[in-house]
Amino acid sequence: MSIIIDRRLNGKNKSTVNRQRFLERYKKHIKKAVSDAVNKRSITDVVSGSEVTIPRKDLSEPLFRHGQGGRYKQVHPGNKEFVSGDRIKRPSGGGGSGSGKGKAGNSGEGMDEFSFQINHDEFLEHMFDNLELPNLVRKQLEDMTEFKIRQAGYTTAGSPDRLNVVRSLRSAHARRIALSGGDRREIRALKKELREMEVSPDETDQQRVSELRERIKELNGKLKRLPFIDDFDLKYNNMVKVPSPSNKAVMFCVMDVSGSMTQDIKDMAKRFFILLYLFLQRNYKEIEVVFIRHHTAAKEVDEDDFFYSRETGGTIVSSALEMTRDVINKRYSPADWNIYVAQASDGDNWEGDSSVCTKILTEQIMQKVQYYCYVEITDRAHQNLWREYQSVAEKFKDHFAMQQIKSPSDIYPVFRKLFEKKENA
Amino acid sequence: MSSQLISSGPEWTFELIQEYDRELARLADRFRLETYPNQIEIISSEQMMDAYASTGMPLMYNHWSFGKHFLHTQQNYQRGRMGLAYEIVINSNPCIAYLMEENTMTMQALVLAHASYGHNSFFKGNYLFQTWTDAESIIDYLLFAKHYIAECEEKYGIEAVEEILDACHALMNQGVNRYKRPRPLSAEQEQARQEERAEYIQRTLNDIWTTIPKVEKDEQEQEERFPEDPEENLLYFLEKNAPLLETWQRELLRIARKIAQYYYPQKQTQVMNEGWACFWHYHLLHELYNEGKVSDGFMLEFLHSHSSVIYQPPFDSPQYSGINPYTLGFNMFMDIRRICENPTDEDREWFGDIAGSDWLDTVHFAMKNFKDESFILQFLSPKVMRDLRLFSILDDESRSYLEVDSIHDETGYKAVRESLAAQYNLGNREPNIQVYNVNVRGDRMLTLRHYQHQGRPLGKETDELLKHIHRIWQFDVEIESFENGAVTQSWQCSGNKKQK
Repeated sequence: MSIIIDRRLNGKNKSTVNRQRFLERYKKHIKKAVSDAVNKRSITDVVSGSEVTIPRKDLSEPLFRHGQGGRYKQVHPGNKEFVSGDRIKRPSGGGGSGSGKGKAGNSGEGMDEFSFQINHDEFLEHMFDNLELPNLVRKQLEDMTEFKIRQAGYTTAGSPDRLNVVRSLRSAHARRIALSGGDRREIRALKKELREMEVSPDETDQQRVSELRERIKELNGKLKRLPFIDDFDLKYNNMVKVPSPSNKAVMFCVMDVSGSMTQDIKDMAKRFFILLYLFLQRNYKEIEVVFIRHHTAAKEVDEDDFFYSRETGGTIVSSALEMTRDVINKRYSPADWNIYVAQASDGDNWEGDSSVCTKILTEQIMQKVQYYCYVEITDRAHQNLWREYQSVAEKFKDHFAMQQIKSPSDIYPVFRKLFEKKENA
Repeated sequence: MSSQLISSGPEWTFELIQEYDRELARLADRFRLETYPNQIEIISSEQMMDAYASTGMPLMYNHWSFGKHFLHTQQNYQRGRMGLAYEIVINSNPCIAYLMEENTMTMQALVLAHASYGHNSFFKGNYLFQTWTDAESIIDYLLFAKHYIAECEEKYGIEAVEEILDACHALMNQGVNRYKRPRPLSAEQEQARQEERAEYIQRTLNDIWTTIPKVEKDEQEQEERFPEDPEENLLYFLEKNAPLLETWQRELLRIARKIAQYYYPQKQTQVMNEGWACFWHYHLLHELYNEGKVSDGFMLEFLHSHSSVIYQPPFDSPQYSGINPYTLGFNMFMDIRRICENPTDEDREWFGDIAGSDWLDTVHFAMKNFKDESFILQFLSPKVMRDLRLFSILDDESRSYLEVDSIHDETGYKAVRESLAAQYNLGNREPNIQVYNVNVRGDRMLTLRHYQHQGRPLGKETDELLKHIHRIWQFDVEIESFENGAVTQSWQCSGNKKQK
């Protein structure tokens, strides 16, 4: 005898655990692919946003299978015109559809399309996951300097130049209809009665007629007294001033190109700058980038020169800081621009210059910038510039960050650390 | 007449299912269908997807790949790309069949006949299932496996367990014994082995050998290959011989191996199994109709489902994805019955032994003693080939075209039949890979050999698989692809590479 069991109520979501495990894997893989890409790929690749393929290595379930090639026969149904000996062109896209065909629809064979790609946007999304531009919120809410006038409905009070004629007349019309409706109805009724009395063959009751006429006259007078437009019909356009966040940012890339900077170090700096740039790109509509390179003297250059031209010489960091300051003063008013400065160096500086740097920074630059970050790319001990900057960092805890990068794989973690989501205190 | 009808509306109830089951059991008995007791479980569509994802088993250990399958099924289902199967049936005792609550009464009856009597009797009767699987204990074993793996996850961490399971899943097809049923060695055999070993040592210690010049050492080493004979069951070999595995890791390998072994017959009898089940749901429901127990409407709905199940799209149709095992199996069983009852001259020539015999005896005989490959080779008749218009295509790498090798005509019947049977030979379908040698004295490199079948190379995933094997073996692994006695291609995976 068979047993019948109703299982609908229990055992639901039996594979929840499996699903979660799979999704976890999936996420881990995206994250890993992204940080790998940031570390390993060339910058132009990252910027152009070509798609990143997540290796499906660990998501796939490989099996020993036959590859294409060799000799094999396969039987198909539904022959129409073939006779033995016919030759057919090999279908493109691989004639060997594999001998596994016969099992189609059975288990999960041929499910490998689970490999997936993420596009540029998603790539960045994951790269900037959990990151927030430092002090961005504060800048938007407190430091508002730009306002926009925006229409925001209508008010009943305002200056005459904002009078909205259509709205006012519409309102007056409505009021007139509402206030006069009862009277008009009465007039119509009275007039009808009067006309009936006039045309009726019977003796007209003169007293009643004059009574009616009197009443009609009275009501008409009342209607006339109704104002065509009244004070409270007037409607004015309501304009409000809304603070508009400054959506322009300028990023200063300051890099040491002196003799002590090797191509490796420059490469790492390059990656750091590119990350910052991408990051700003997501948060601001308009970004300008100023490239300032320096050895003993600073120079503003274009991107190509900045990254790829070679210079040699000593190092005076303050020259670059002075230049930055001058450019800010000349072209980028802190009221209109969010200013970010990223400085990369190997830590070398001319001995007497470091204190000058501190002075320029604390007195002339830090007040104007949203964020200043300094990365020292070296695997040696810290140089004097680092120690000087430490005092700056203490003074401007929220706006100044410094980190050391030792190898390319450090860049991404450092970047994350620099821009770690600041909790709203 | 209508008072005899079991049901009239589309809605099912538990009472009705019971009633149908009773009727079907009565008819099945008449047709001598021997079954395990049935356990019929009603589940929702989501539970059906759950069951799908965990290879149909009512309980299964946790693994991310099941989640992947689930999501895949769910996505396809929700986008309307596929319907769910109406039923899943499990080769166990009692035989568990799942019915979906969304089915109509007719569908439930169809599924009952198909799964609980068709598949069930196949599980019980077919020699492969009898020899290779243990319907009594599978559920208990799965329960044990689930608990054991959960325990391991707790003790050693999910990641460590997954690493081994991933590798096991990849090697499952190479984790079965194809030719002998695994059973514990008896003490007698064990002793015999021991003696053999002792004798071998005795021989190799013989002083005469020490006088042989050293040049010949290579040859001698080759003779001392380990394993002595190539081993086809990779999982078994790894479980017993992987040098660095912990006990629990070996146990995981064993679990994967056991489960693979359990599925092994199912893979070899798909055409027969489905054909048999279709054959019987067709007959049982028709029998109900003949007895006036079901209405015309019931039969129309049933025939509609039935014909869509056994629909075979032609090769040039966009829906075509290989031969439909339901169609092939159903047509063959129906044809066996026809040959028995109304044989033509052709049938007498081809099937002299069964033409005109008792059909019920013959189909039972066919069901019990064959697997897909041999079943097709034995019973595929010219008529079925003509009906399905089967033709065989030869794909030879060395030629730029495909050739129609043979078609459903007088000269081609045998050839088509042979190539179709070969297509269902698991040995041809899956690459033949064996453990060939372990460098026991040296770096412990594991050498696998792939023996090519008709020049077919290994697929692209070989590198990945090698990594999986390496994960278990933990020393260098290589695989050599052999054709006509020569290595044509080889892959290596060494630990150093992995670290880079």
